[in-house]
Amino acid sequence: MSEATFTQLLDLACGGFLLAAVIVLWRRELTAIIQVFALQGLALAAIPLLLGLHEHRADLVAVAAGIAALRAGLLPYLMRRALIASAPAEDRGRRHREGSDERRETQPVVNVAASLLTAAMLTLLAYAVAQPLVALDPTPATRALPVGLAVVLIGFFVLATRRRALAQVVGFLLLDNGITATAFLAASGVPLIVELGVSFDVLLAVLVLQILTTRMRTAFGTTDLDDLRELAD
Amino acid sequence: MNVIGYTAVVAQVALVVAGAPLLTGLMRQVRAKLEGRAGAGLIQPWRDVRKLLRKQPITPTGTGPAFRAAPALLVATAAVVAALIPLVSTQTPVRRHADLIVVVALLALGTVALALAGLDSGTAFGGMGSSREMTVAGLVEPTMLLAVFALSIPAGTTNLPAIVSGAIHDPTRLASPAGLLATAALAVAVLAEAGRIPVDNPATHLELTMIHEAMVLEYAGPDLALVELGSQMRLTVLLGLLTSLFAPWGIATSATWTALAIALVLFALKVAALGAVLAAAEVFWAKVRLFRVPELLAGSFLLALLAVTASYFLSGTGGGL
Repeated sequence: MSEATFTQLLDLACGGFLLAAVIVLWRRELTAIIQVFALQGLALAAIPLLLGLHEHRADLVAVAAGIAALRAGLLPYLMRRALIASAPAEDRGRRHREGSDERRETQPVVNVAASLLTAAMLTLLAYAVAQPLVALDPTPATRALPVGLAVVLIGFFVLATRRRALAQVVGFLLLDNGITATAFLAASGVPLIVELGVSFDVLLAVLVLQILTTRMRTAFGTTDLDDLRELAD
Repeated sequence: MNVIGYTAVVAQVALVVAGAPLLTGLMRQVRAKLEGRAGAGLIQPWRDVRKLLRKQPITPTGTGPAFRAAPALLVATAAVVAALIPLVSTQTPVRRHADLIVVVALLALGTVALALAGLDSGTAFGGMGSSREMTVAGLVEPTMLLAVFALSIPAGTTNLPAIVSGAIHDPTRLASPAGLLATAALAVAVLAEAGRIPVDNPATHLELTMIHEAMVLEYAGPDLALVELGSQMRLTVLLGLLTSLFAPWGIATSATWTALAIALVLFALKVAALGAVLAAAEVFWAKVRLFRVPELLAGSFLLALLAVTASYFLSGTGGGL
């Protein structure tokens, strides 16, 4: 693979990665959000794949395959199951009261237009903050470093402003995707054992959150996390 | 060079004026076929224009110069933009003046003229339509500017012919993430600016959902013909701008007759194909609620901003902030 093609493809993967994070903010349907998250997993897996092919490292290619299986396959599958469990079939036909639809993020804390503009500001912030890091060693990979940081920030933002439990799980996973991408872009990945540990950690977190969502649904009839305040009363 | 250059400009304007109603006819025909109707035929918009032009000019009492000047201004700005942007050739005598900011400002002038006319008529619908149109326009202009800025960074200029000829000689610019993001952003902006679904429904006469139709409700006769022709020309010019920027293949970069002839045919084909695709897509889309429109446009603004940042930082030309 020539240097120019490598740069072009890496830029394309990073562009898709960032775009997926933005679309998560844009869409309201939880099924669409999960689908976009799966696509982001593929874009994320493309980064170590390209790095591995470029630097002739077989372990990075293996890591890429593992990431694709976990983040584009298993995690979206688990979330889709949680979504079906939290919005049973008999609910779907019924007309829902505004804000009570389990399958849509109807009323985020910050409205969608404002959160898109915030994402723009966060991206610019990430670029500004990453400048000294990029200046240390300006290769094509490090130059794309701000993309990883931007996704971390957008993930935080989703985590902080969404009401539905599943949308918050996606926010948490965006955050984790961003951290992984930053690791690959800055240092061509962390040691394999750390990578495995992180992956299992994420998987367990999603499994726990899935059970929690289902329990919330049975206990309160909704996954709107704002309702959890009533526990303290 | 000069004869060919002037011919190219005249051909661009002539093709846009003559082709705009045909493009609308084609889009309606595609839509009709997909919905299982027979359709009115390709040249129905031209027949409408002819019918309206023969009618007696009539203006509502109490309207002033803004109402009377708006149709002519709308058509004039669209014609000037058609002459300026490199639809067919980049080697035209006006290429030094074909700046991005001039083009966007001219389009905005047409929008504002029509909005003033809507206010001037003094009816509730006119005012409502104008206010909505201005809301949309205020969000569309920065998006259009930013989306093209993403392409003007690698070219190093905001001159449209320079951007287009740069892209013809270096096609990898368009396949970059910046190019793709800018395409998406500009496409949404064009849909909003031309008043198509999902922002406005050009076929509707339901007062509560319309934007463009509400402003021109008071027009009749030749004035209405001009307003219709003007908005059709705007649509053609905007689609032409989109194809010129993101699919520039075939546009004449040298001043020869053969290149010009090929470019003319290709331009007509590209815009017709884009229009047909748009019409087919519209069958499957619904108009979004007016309150959701800013959301859509904020999204496209964000895409444009990401395109600019990607173009600036990833290309490696960017230094510190």
